Amino acid sequence: MTSLRVIDPGNLTLVQDLGRASYAAQGVARSGAADLGSHALAQRLCGNDDHAAGLEVLLGGLVLHAIESCVIAVTGANVAVHVAGVPQGRNHAFTVPAGAEVALSRATIGMRAYVAVRGGFAVPAVLGSRSRDTLGGIGPTPLAVGDLLPVGHVANAPAWLDVAAVHDPNEHVLVGLVPGPHDDMLDDAGWLALTRTAWRVDPRSDRIGIRLAGTPLPAPASDLPSFPVLAGCVQLPGDGMPVILGPDSGVTGGYPVLGVISQSGLDALAQARPGALVRLRRAG
Amino acid sequence: MTQADILRWRRFGDAGVLLEFDDGIEATRWCRAVEASNIDAQARPGWRSALITSTMSTASLIEALRSLVLDDAPTAPVRHLNIEVVYDGEDLDDVAASTGMSREAVVARHTGALYTVVCLGFSRAFPYLAGLDRSLWLPRRSTPRVRVPAGSVAIAAEQTGIYPQASPGGWHLLGRTDAVLFDERCEPPSLLQPGDQVRFMTVRA
Repeated sequence: MTSLRVIDPGNLTLVQDLGRASYAAQGVARSGAADLGSHALAQRLCGNDDHAAGLEVLLGGLVLHAIESCVIAVTGANVAVHVAGVPQGRNHAFTVPAGAEVALSRATIGMRAYVAVRGGFAVPAVLGSRSRDTLGGIGPTPLAVGDLLPVGHVANAPAWLDVAAVHDPNEHVLVGLVPGPHDDMLDDAGWLALTRTAWRVDPRSDRIGIRLAGTPLPAPASDLPSFPVLAGCVQLPGDGMPVILGPDSGVTGGYPVLGVISQSGLDALAQARPGALVRLRRAG
Repeated sequence: MTQADILRWRRFGDAGVLLEFDDGIEATRWCRAVEASNIDAQARPGWRSALITSTMSTASLIEALRSLVLDDAPTAPVRHLNIEVVYDGEDLDDVAASTGMSREAVVARHTGALYTVVCLGFSRAFPYLAGLDRSLWLPRRSTPRVRVPAGSVAIAAEQTGIYPQASPGGWHLLGRTDAVLFDERCEPPSLLQPGDQVRFMTVRA
C-alpha cells in the first residue's frame, strides 16, 4: 500500500467522505465534505467510488510528498497546483511521480479545495466513515506535519478527462430556501426581510454553521423543545441573525427552523468567504 | 380515533416532515414503527417530535405515515440501566437555593425518579431524559458555561441529561459519572438508547 506524507497541512486540512448520515439517531452529526459536489467530482476524476475519502483543504496551502507514483485530482476552491514545481490544472486527474511534491497555493477564489487520490485515502473509518466531525471530535484528526496518509486500491480506471467543465465557486451566492417547520414564526414582512436582505457571511462561520450578518429579523421570544435538525436548516436564534447549519452541526436544536437549504445550496455556501453576500430565495 | 386524526406534522423543507407529539415516548414509538415499516424513510426522535426524512413528496410521505398502524410495531424489550453519580456538582448549592431544598433533598429527588431516554442529540450522543421531578424544574443558567466536563449529570427545565463529552452548556450541574456514554468502537456507539429506562444511584467520590 502506497502513501503520501504531509509536508505542510496548510491552514486546516481534514479527511472527508460522504459522512455518517445513518448515525443521526445516535446523536452523531453527518459530517462529510462541506462541498459534496466538488468532493464527488474529485473522486470521479480519480476513478474512485462514491465512498472514497478525500481531503478538504481550507483556503489551500497543503503540500504532500508522494512516496510512490499516484494519481491525484484537485477541485473546489481556486488554488494553483504544482507537481515537483511544474504547474498542473485543477478539475482533472494527473500523475504524481514517486518522490515528487504536490503543492496547493493559497486559494484565490472560494474556501475549500478538495484533493482526491486514486484508491482513496485509506485512513481507519469510524462509525462507517472517514470523515472528521469537528464538533463531536469523531474520525481522523486534522492533518499534521509528518502524517503518513495510506492510499487504498481501486479496480476502476480513472476518468482521464482533459478537464471537467466546472466553473470556479461564485464569490457571492444565491440559494433556494424551502419553507421549514417554523416558517410561520416569521410574518410576511419578516419573510420579505429574510429573502430581500443581502446577508454577509459572518467570519465566525465554520463547518458547524454559517452565521449570516445583517439587519436582525424579528425573532420569536422563546426556544422550542429540542427537535431533530440537519445540515441546511436555517435557524433563527434570539438575536435575529439567521444561522445555516453545516455538516458538523448538532443533530438536535431548539431555535426555530424557518426553512431548509438543499445540498447544492450548501455546496455553494461552503465556498463563500467571510464577507461574501448571501441571498436566500424562497423556493417551494 | 385513527392515527390520521391525530397526526400533527410540519413540512421540513424538501427533506421530509416533522411530526409533533404530546410526549417523547410517543415520538420513540413512531420512529420504531416507521423504521420497521416498508416506508422508504428514516426516522429519529426529538423531545416531543420526530423527523421523518424521505425522498418522497410531502403528500406521499404523509399519506404513507397515516396508513401506519402503530400497534403492529415491534416493541423492543425495555432496558433498565443504573448510572452511578457522585453528587458534587458545581450548581448543587444554587439548585438547592433556587428550589428551597437542602442539597440532600435535591439529590434524593434526582435519584428517586425513573427516567426514560427520549432522544440523543446536541453535539454528540447527548441523552435527553424525561421524568424529572417537578420540584427540580429550573430555567437554564442565564450564562452558559464555556466548558462543561465530560460525564456531568445536569438538569434544565423538565429535562435531565449527561454530557458525553466536554462541551459548552447551560444546564445546572448536579454531579458526575464515570459511565462511558459513547464509544465509537461499539455498535450502537451510545450506551443509552431511546426508550431505555434509567435510574441514577448516588456513590461516594
